[in-house]
Amino acid sequence: MKTHQRRLLWIAATLLIVLIWTFYSANGPQTTAVLAGTVRAATLLALGAMCGMIGERSGVVNIGIEGQFLMSAFFAFTVTSITGSLFMGAMAGIATGLTMGWMLAAMAVGLKVDQIIAGTVLNIGALGLTSFFYDRSRSLGVSKYTNIDLGALADLPLVGTVFFSRPPITYLTMALLVIVHIALFRSVWGMRTRAIGEHPGAADTVGIDVLRLRYLNVTLAGGFAGLGGSYLALEAVGTFSRAMSGGRGFLALAVMIFGRRNPFGAYAAALFFGFTTALQNHFQLNSVFDIPPQFVGMLPFVVTIIVVALSGLMGSMRDPAALGQTYEKG
Amino acid sequence: MSRSILRSVAVPLAAVILGLLIGAILIVSQNASPITAYSSLLQGGLGDGDALLRTLQKATPLIFGGLAVAFAFKAGLFNIGGQGQLLVGAVFAAAVGFGVDGLPMFIHLPAALIAGALAGAIWGGIAGALKATTGAHEVIVTIMLNFVGGNLTDWLSANPWKDNSGNNIVARTPLVEDSATIPTFGAIPVGFLLAVLTAAGCWMILERTTYGFEVRSVGQNRNAAHYAGIKVGWIMASTMAVAGMLAALGGAVESLGVDGRFEAGVNVGLGFEGITIALLARANPLGVIPAALLVGLMEAGASRMQFKAGVAPELIDVIQALILFFVAAPMIVRWLLRMRQGDSEQLRLGAGWGNS
Repeated sequence: MKTHQRRLLWIAATLLIVLIWTFYSANGPQTTAVLAGTVRAATLLALGAMCGMIGERSGVVNIGIEGQFLMSAFFAFTVTSITGSLFMGAMAGIATGLTMGWMLAAMAVGLKVDQIIAGTVLNIGALGLTSFFYDRSRSLGVSKYTNIDLGALADLPLVGTVFFSRPPITYLTMALLVIVHIALFRSVWGMRTRAIGEHPGAADTVGIDVLRLRYLNVTLAGGFAGLGGSYLALEAVGTFSRAMSGGRGFLALAVMIFGRRNPFGAYAAALFFGFTTALQNHFQLNSVFDIPPQFVGMLPFVVTIIVVALSGLMGSMRDPAALGQTYEKG
Repeated sequence: MSRSILRSVAVPLAAVILGLLIGAILIVSQNASPITAYSSLLQGGLGDGDALLRTLQKATPLIFGGLAVAFAFKAGLFNIGGQGQLLVGAVFAAAVGFGVDGLPMFIHLPAALIAGALAGAIWGGIAGALKATTGAHEVIVTIMLNFVGGNLTDWLSANPWKDNSGNNIVARTPLVEDSATIPTFGAIPVGFLLAVLTAAGCWMILERTTYGFEVRSVGQNRNAAHYAGIKVGWIMASTMAVAGMLAALGGAVESLGVDGRFEAGVNVGLGFEGITIALLARANPLGVIPAALLVGLMEAGASRMQFKAGVAPELIDVIQALILFFVAAPMIVRWLLRMRQGDSEQLRLGAGWGNS
C-alpha cells in the first residue's frame, strides 16, 4: 500500500470513529442497535468473501458461493433437526461446504470444465436439490445460537454490545479473518497460493504442484461457505427456507472484489454492506425520514457502484493474472 | 459439415438423456413412477394446444435472457444483470402499454416494446460504460443493478404506476391496452416468433457484420483488439447495452403478451435462468432456441407432473443442473459414447474474467 493511501485510510478511520461517537452521544441505544445489526449482517458476507478469495487467489473463480451457502444451510438445518444438536448441524454445514468445494474443484480443476459453468452447476443444483428434498413440516427443534458475552469486554459501552456480545459463529468468523489474512500473506502456503493465481507456469517451474494446490484450496474454501450456510440456518434465522441465501453469495463476490481480495479489506466491505442493511431496517422500523423504503433499499447497491467505479478510476483494482484460466502442464 | 453437426448435437443430446436418467433415480427415491412422471411432464408441455402455448410462452423470456448472456459473453463480458434488465424492461413496457391510449396497434405495441428495450439498454449500458471508462467490474455492477432494479420497479408499480382499480392493494400496474397486447396465433404466441427472429438477428450481427467481428475480437483478446484499432471501450459499453436490451425485451414480452401487466415479484428469478440457457447453448445465439425450448417444456409440464405423479416440480431444476454439468464436462459423455476427443469443443468463458 502506498504512503498516501495509508494516510487516506487513517483519516477515514479517524473520521469514522468521530462520527460514530457523535451519533452515540446523541442517541446511544439507536446507534448501538444499528451497529450491532451491521456486524450481524456482515458475518455471512465475510465468510462468502473468504471462500471466494482463497479460490481466486489460486486462480479459480467461484460463482457457486450462493449454491454452497444454500446446500450447507440445508444440511446444517436438517442434521440439527435430526440430532437435536446445533454443533452437529454446524459441522454438517461445514462438511457440506467442503464437499461442494471439492465438487467445484473436481469440475473446474480436475475435469477442466469452464469455471463459471462449474459454479453455475453448483448454484442451480443446490437450488433444485434443496427445494426437492425440502420438508415443510420439519423444524429446527432447538433454539438457534444465542449471544455469548465475552466477560468484562461485553460491558464496554457500544463496542461491548457490538463486538463482544455475539453468537459463536460470528466470533469464529472474526478469528478466521485474522488467520486467513496471516496465512495468505505471511505463510509458505499463502505465497504458493498467490503464485499459482498470478503465474502458474512459473510456480510449476519451481516445483509447486499447481493443480493439486488448486484442488486443495478450492475444497478448503468451500468450508468457509459451509460455515456461512451453518450461520444462515443456525445463527441468523433458525430455520431453513427455499432459496434462503437470497443472492448473498453473489453479494459476497462483490464484497471480495471490493475488499481487494484480502480478508481485512473484505471485512471492511462486508461491514459497509451490513451497515446499509441495518440502516435500512432501522429507517423502516422507525420511519425516520419520509423516504420510500425501496429507495433506502437501493442505497447500498448504488453506493457500491459508485465506490467500485471510483476505485477503478484510482487504479487500485487488479485481478490475479491467471484468474479463470485452466492450467495445462506444458 | 453434417458430421460436425452430428457431433455438436450428440453431446447435448446425451447430456439430456443422462440428466433424465439420474432424475428418474430421484423420482424412484420419492416412491413415484418415472414413466408416469416423465409422460405427464411431456403431456403438460406438448400434449395439446394449451400445453404447447405454455411451453412457447415459458421459452420466450428464456430465449431473450439466454441471448442477453450469450451476446455479452462474445465480448468476454459476464452479464449477471439479466434479472434487473428484465424487470425494468417489463415495467417500462407495461407503463407505455397502459399509460397511452387511442393509438393504433402498429404504433402502440412497437412503442411499448421499444420503451422496455430502451430501459434495458440503459440498465445494461451503465455496467458497460462503467467498465469501459473506470474499469469497474461488470459482474459487481450488474449484480448491484439487479437489486436497484428490483427496488425501483417495486416502487414504480406500488406508487406512480399503481393499479388503483377496485380495492387493489397489490404492487402492480393496470392492465395494458388491447392495442399494446401481443397477440397469439392459435398456439403460437407472437412474442415467441419475435424471440426467434431476435436470436437469428443476433447470430447475423455477431457472425456476419464488422461490428460482430469487433465484438468477438474484444472477447478473444482485448489487448490485441486494441492494437488492431478497435475501440474496445465502445465495444464493451455497446455490447452490454445490447445485452440489457435483449433481457429487457423478454420482460416486455412477459408484460405485454403473458401477464397483461407488470406485477412486482412475478418475474423474480426469471432473469437468472438466462445464464443456464446461454451455457447450455454454449453461447451460440442459435443454440439458445433449442435450449430455451427444452427448459421451457420442462417448466410448462412441471405442474402437471406434480399433479399426476406427485413429484415436486423442483425436480426440473435438478435435471437442468445435471444437463448443464454433462454439457460442460463433455469428456464424461464422450467416454460413455466412446467418442473421439473433440478438437476445440470445450466451452471457455472464464478466461474473460481475469483481464479487467
